[in-house]
Amino acid sequence: MDGILWDLGAVIRACIGGLMIGGAAALLLLVNGRIMGASGLLGGLIDRTGDAPRERLAFLAALAGAPTLAVLALGLPATNITSNWVLLVAAGLLVGIGTRLGSGCTSGHGICGLSRLSPRSFAAVLTFIAAGILTVRVLG
Amino acid sequence: MLVSALSGALFGLGLLVSGMTDTDRVQGFLALLGPGAWDPTLAFVMGAGLIPMAVAWRITGKPLLGPAWPAAPRGIDAPLLGGAVLFGMGWGLVGLCPGPALAALFWGGAEVVVFTLAMAAGMLALPYLRRITR
Repeated sequence: MDGILWDLGAVIRACIGGLMIGGAAALLLLVNGRIMGASGLLGGLIDRTGDAPRERLAFLAALAGAPTLAVLALGLPATNITSNWVLLVAAGLLVGIGTRLGSGCTSGHGICGLSRLSPRSFAAVLTFIAAGILTVRVLG
Repeated sequence: MLVSALSGALFGLGLLVSGMTDTDRVQGFLALLGPGAWDPTLAFVMGAGLIPMAVAWRITGKPLLGPAWPAAPRGIDAPLLGGAVLFGMGWGLVGLCPGPALAALFWGGAEVVVFTLAMAAGMLALPYLRRITR
C-alpha cells in the first residue's frame, strides 16, 4: 500500500449513501420480507427461477431509473470505467457466473448477510474482497 | 410493488451518492496491496449500510407482509467460495458489481451496458456450465 487516500467529503457522502443503501434493504426486508441482493433479484428474474417477477422488475427498474433521473437533473458523475472491451466482457461474465454460483454479491452477502451475522455471508465477503484485492494487485 | 420500487430507487440513489458508481473508488478500495494508495471509502459505505439492517433484523421477528424472514441457508460449501472467488475477480477487473452496474446502466455509457449484458449472460450460462462440468 502506498499511503491512504483520505477525502473527508467522500467519506461523508459514503456514510450518507451507505445509510440510504441500508435503509433500502431494511425497507424491503421489513415490509416484503425479501433480501435486497442485486444479483439475486436480477438473476432470479432473467432465468425465471425466482418468485414474484413483477416485484423484482419494479425494484430493478427503480434501481436503474432513479439514479438516471438524478443524473439528468444534477449532471453526469464520472464512472472512470475502462474502455477495454475484452476486460469488460470478461469481468461481466465472471461477476454474473460468480454471483449466481456463490448466491450473492456485495448487497446480498455484504449488506443483508453480514447484518444477519450469517457465517456463509462472512465467508463469501472475505473471499470476494480477497479475490478482488489480488486481482487489482496483479492487474497493476 | 410500490415498496419494491421505493427500495430500488433508494438503493440506486444511495449507490450514486456514496460514489460506488465510480470504478476508481471501488478499485481504489481493492488496492489494499497496491498499486497506489488505498481508498477506504467503500468501507464507510458498507459500515453505514449495515446499521439500518442490523436494527431491521432485530426490531421484529417477521416482515409486515408474509409469515417469516427469508430462509438462511447453512453451511460454507465449494459453490459459495468458488462463486465468491470468480465474482471477486470480475469485481476487481473493472470495479463494478451488480448494484452499481444497474444504477449506472442508462447513463454510464456503452461500457456499462456491455458489462451488464455480459453479467446477465453469465447468470444465464451458469446452469449450462453446471451441466457440462458435472
